[in-house]
Amino acid sequence: MATKDDIKFLSNPKIGQNKKKYCRFKKFGIKYIDYKDSEFLLQFINEQGKILPRRITGNSLKYQRKISTAIKRARHLALLPYVADLLK
Amino acid sequence: MRSYEVTFIVDPVLSGDEIKSTAQTYVEHLKSEGCEIVHVEDMGLGQLAYPINKRSSGVYFCIEFQCDSGSLIARLELALRRDERIMRFLTASLDKFGVKYNADKRAGLIGKSRKDRVKSDEPVPTVRPAAAPVATAPVEAVAAPKLAVVPEVPAAIAPIVQEIEAEMPELFEEE
Repeated sequence: MATKDDIKFLSNPKIGQNKKKYCRFKKFGIKYIDYKDSEFLLQFINEQGKILPRRITGNSLKYQRKISTAIKRARHLALLPYVADLLK
Repeated sequence: MRSYEVTFIVDPVLSGDEIKSTAQTYVEHLKSEGCEIVHVEDMGLGQLAYPINKRSSGVYFCIEFQCDSGSLIARLELALRRDERIMRFLTASLDKFGVKYNADKRAGLIGKSRKDRVKSDEPVPTVRPAAAPVATAPVEAVAAPKLAVVPEVPAAIAPIVQEIEAEMPELFEEE
């Protein structure tokens, strides 16, 4: 007979508690996104070089627009690839 | 006064003096148009993310300047487009935050604050041991950005993933 202690970890108690996502630009007061800083922009693309959606990064719309502009500029200057495999 | 920034890639096949004189040509061009040159940055030889004109690397230059009207941009871009030594260029207007960012970067404030912020972003640094070399070696990262890239979980879901990982051994022990 399974006691309450045994079934405690059958489902992860923390799996349902979503940590609230936040916009890092608002939180840390970053006002400008540099398109020449490809290392920073890598945080916002997946390993195929696609721009990550807001629902994953948690950016506010204002800064998501700036991020996407910066990534597109970096791609034009060959700092980031347009298409890639295993970028990270 | 409006602020602009023009970034261009010079063909690396040219000799070092030719590369410098190419960049100097455009500084002179802007000066002759009556611009105030704020800063000329030689970003050095960089690996291109994809080949341009069958070249896999290029020398990056960035000129920040101020001028009264944007009418000279068309003439500048025409000159850049006609120049065979220039592989790629991009002109961007800077807002007040961009001007401040560039000034801070020259003063050496940006890189340091970024390191601090990366640390505060990571609640459990032991999960990512590879983070330390990236933070301490920015010079290497400039030379080979692809090598320094760490496969990382997006910051927003990183804490959840770490919690699940922390729970995992317990889960297996219970079974």
